Amino acid sequence: MAKVTFVQFSGETTTIDADNGDSVMKIALDNLVPGIDADCGGECSCATCHILVESEWMVRVGAGNDQENAMLGLNPDREPNSRLSCQIAMTDELNGLVVNLPEFQY
Amino acid sequence: MHVDTNHKVFSSEGGITLGDQDEDFTLPMFIAMDPPKHDDQRKVVSPVVAPINLVKLESTIRARAANLLDALPVGEEIDWVDRISIELTTQMLATLFDFPFEQRRKLTRWSDVATANLEQGIIESEDQRREELVECLTTFIEIFKERQQTPGDNDLITMLAHGESTKDMLERPMEFLGNLILLIVGGNDTTRNSITGGILALNQHPDQYQKLRENPGLIASMVPEIIRWQTPLAHMRRRALEDTVIGGKTIKKGDKVVMWYVSGNRDESAIETPDKFIIDRARPRQHLSFGFGIHRCMGNRLAEMQLRIVWEEILKRFDTVEVVGEPTYIRSAFVKGYAHLPVVLHKK
Repeated sequence: MAKVTFVQFSGETTTIDADNGDSVMKIALDNLVPGIDADCGGECSCATCHILVESEWMVRVGAGNDQENAMLGLNPDREPNSRLSCQIAMTDELNGLVVNLPEFQY
Repeated sequence: MHVDTNHKVFSSEGGITLGDQDEDFTLPMFIAMDPPKHDDQRKVVSPVVAPINLVKLESTIRARAANLLDALPVGEEIDWVDRISIELTTQMLATLFDFPFEQRRKLTRWSDVATANLEQGIIESEDQRREELVECLTTFIEIFKERQQTPGDNDLITMLAHGESTKDMLERPMEFLGNLILLIVGGNDTTRNSITGGILALNQHPDQYQKLRENPGLIASMVPEIIRWQTPLAHMRRRALEDTVIGGKTIKKGDKVVMWYVSGNRDESAIETPDKFIIDRARPRQHLSFGFGIHRCMGNRLAEMQLRIVWEEILKRFDTVEVVGEPTYIRSAFVKGYAHLPVVLHKK
């Protein structure tokens, strides 16, 4: 189990005890955390599960692959800590992860 | 989805529909380009339909939808396509381009001319198509020049006229025309046919219409269901850049590969009872109509917003928009839509 906290654009937070291996996107959907659409269901091909990783976690989360960067590249709201949550799988190392939801999904 | 997301193997360069463009009249547009040019040009215009901009447009769209619906006669037969679907999407398009409002039906015409095939009767010949599209180009060249001097407030032409990778586009007039057509067709046919498709779907599924009347909150999940059920663009096409294999079948370098979104959206292995229109489906957003990967529909949120607003305003006014005859379909393997849909309105 690893904890992940979602911070809504409004500031409201939700913390979930997640199974290792589940993607941050799946955790949000399974627990009805709003703000993530996940139109492609986790295939890194719609960019509607965009999140902003809390800066201090960026080192451990790391950067996305080429395909993820291509998708994020089309989002005008992209920030240096932008990631697609379908591409981040929970591990013990990420226990306590904090992610921020953007105002809009594209 | 495999093809849509592998743009390095499956190229969009040169065309994204079944047929090819005429060799002596090719219209380059970013939907039919590969990176990096695609990305550069798309990024210039995508902010106009970004969600933050849509918030500003919402009250305009709602007021216009309300005006149109209020002007409709109750209890007599009207053509829903002409009176609502075309008019609403055309008004929207005129707003996005900041195009002279009273001349807005020219946009509808250019959209129809660009996608028409000769059997439809919209145009008589390829020469006529060219003439009309050149008229479109010259009209927009004037607007472009105007906006170079006097930038507008966040309209598409101002964005093109000042965008780093597009501000010299008048030197490449065919590319300018190509991108205009892309934006006109993209913002027109698709939403138009989804607005009509929703009326037809609810009439074919009266239990769903009743559910909607009892709970207008279901509009949120009905909108993506309409877009799936209608699938306003039936396919997109790519060309293989190397020999490859899909689902055990060999694809040779240079082969065309067609993604039939309309078939995928009826795939019973992915979607339960896919032929049924169900306004409160689980995960209704997981459909193929917008495509996936870097060419994914840019105007998806605008389309969803237009559909949401038109339905909110319909439900305030009418108990039923009753379909009273067979729809007339558009003859096309690309645009899946309607030429006419006779309806009678019944007041609440």
